[in-house]
Amino acid sequence: MEEEKKNISNETDSANLKPAIEIEHLRKAFGSNIVLRDFNLTIYTGQNMVVMGKSGIGKTILIKCIIGLVKPDSGTMRVFGKDISRLNHSELDELRMRIGFVFQSSALYDSMTIRENLAFPLRRSRRKKITGNIEDMVRESLRNVGLENAIDLMPSELSGGMRKRIGIARSLILKPEIVLYDEPTTGLDPITSEEIIHLILELQKKYKTTSVIITHDIDLAREAANQIVFLKDGIAWAQGTYEEMIKTNDPDLKKFFKQ
Amino acid sequence: MFIKKMAADKSNNGPLFSKSLDSFLESVAELAKFNVAVFREGLKPPYEFREILNQCYEIGIKSFTLVGITAFILGLVLVMQSRPTLVEFGAGSYLPAMSAVSIVREIGPLVTALICAGKIGSGISAELGSMKVTEQIDAMEVSGTNPFKYLIATRITATTLMIPVLTVYAVTISLFGAYMGSNITDQVNINFFFNRVFETLAFKDIIPSFIKTFFFGFAIGLVGCTEGYNSKKGTEGVGKAANISVVVSMLSVIVIDMVVTRISAMLGYL
Repeated sequence: MEEEKKNISNETDSANLKPAIEIEHLRKAFGSNIVLRDFNLTIYTGQNMVVMGKSGIGKTILIKCIIGLVKPDSGTMRVFGKDISRLNHSELDELRMRIGFVFQSSALYDSMTIRENLAFPLRRSRRKKITGNIEDMVRESLRNVGLENAIDLMPSELSGGMRKRIGIARSLILKPEIVLYDEPTTGLDPITSEEIIHLILELQKKYKTTSVIITHDIDLAREAANQIVFLKDGIAWAQGTYEEMIKTNDPDLKKFFKQ
Repeated sequence: MFIKKMAADKSNNGPLFSKSLDSFLESVAELAKFNVAVFREGLKPPYEFREILNQCYEIGIKSFTLVGITAFILGLVLVMQSRPTLVEFGAGSYLPAMSAVSIVREIGPLVTALICAGKIGSGISAELGSMKVTEQIDAMEVSGTNPFKYLIATRITATTLMIPVLTVYAVTISLFGAYMGSNITDQVNINFFFNRVFETLAFKDIIPSFIKTFFFGFAIGLVGCTEGYNSKKGTEGVGKAANISVVVSMLSVIVIDMVVTRISAMLGYL
């Protein structure tokens, strides 16, 4: 492998920060299709890392590996210093309580009301000693996303933007330290996208979370990213700030960021 | 900022045997892994009692109307069809005994299981399949909920417990149907009819047919969950999973029925 480092300015900025997620030599293949080949990335506490790349390149697989939904073929993945592959089921569940996941499709439970959807992670975590009134926590979470009135609605009664907001509210209800966003603005109109971007930034400021955001949305990358990692051929092809990315002469990056 | 250039991956990723055989073996391995996980996680405490009760209501109580109507009509039609032949041979008085034995031993358990394979098996499969494709199962897992325990083990337990309950109910309703059927042409006293029914029935009629309903329920739950949980290829896959689930669970019910009947005969219960 030939490696060309053009600038490391932002890496030195991170020297004093504590790593939240460390990924080393991650490899994941489905049959003969190698999705992640030799992926390396460190995400520091409080950082907003935006992961970009063409569709089907393995961005979602990457964050599913981080939360243990997909098992990598090889490589190490440490979250808060704990190697995901060495954790047993209950240790993994405990770690997951510190991580929120916003699904691309929102993944709201169809058979439950919004109240039940938001209360579900709390009820399940109550066994693990979460304290506080569930109803109050649900209402606070809905207030954060401006949808308190939707508490008794079913997911099928909500618009796409509302579903995204509820998805964000549910992932933040356990006050996680890391939030993984899978294409939070995909399929939304520009105005709703803008609202979701502001919501993500506002909630990140409020709860001081570390975020990993997968997106194709250049506006979201520009507004939210401290760092952008560009995924290509199963590796972290390029990494830098938004400004660095748009100034690069690499043809693939130029093509991607020209919009 | 850095930009990397990647050399070609030289590792061998060709098929082990042939592409189709590899894919078949992978599916068999996935299925085996799934079934092992169901037993391992389902039997390990803590148990999801609340969800089991909820599923018993969804699966069992909500099927009472369909099973009841079908069982009643079945009992009625059985008597209407059998009566002329029995009367022709001067055996009209054997009508209650004949309907009791056929309903308790075979028709009641089998028809209840087949109805449930259609209604419950496809329902479980479609529900889990759509949860899978809309990432609801993943969402559950990241909330610290083990889907094998919460979704799969609870449904299999509920079907295993509720199919016997539904069968007892169906057999009772079906015997009433048979009584009504025998009253269409003849005046039969209800006490006489049910006295003949209970005189005819012995434990060896009831026990094997009751025991096999637990196996029917287990098979329906397991097949429905396996197909639904492992459904792929979006909404098309959900439909396919529901369809396969009905076919496989009906076939499993019939095979289990045959095996249990054979074992019962070997043990002298026939």
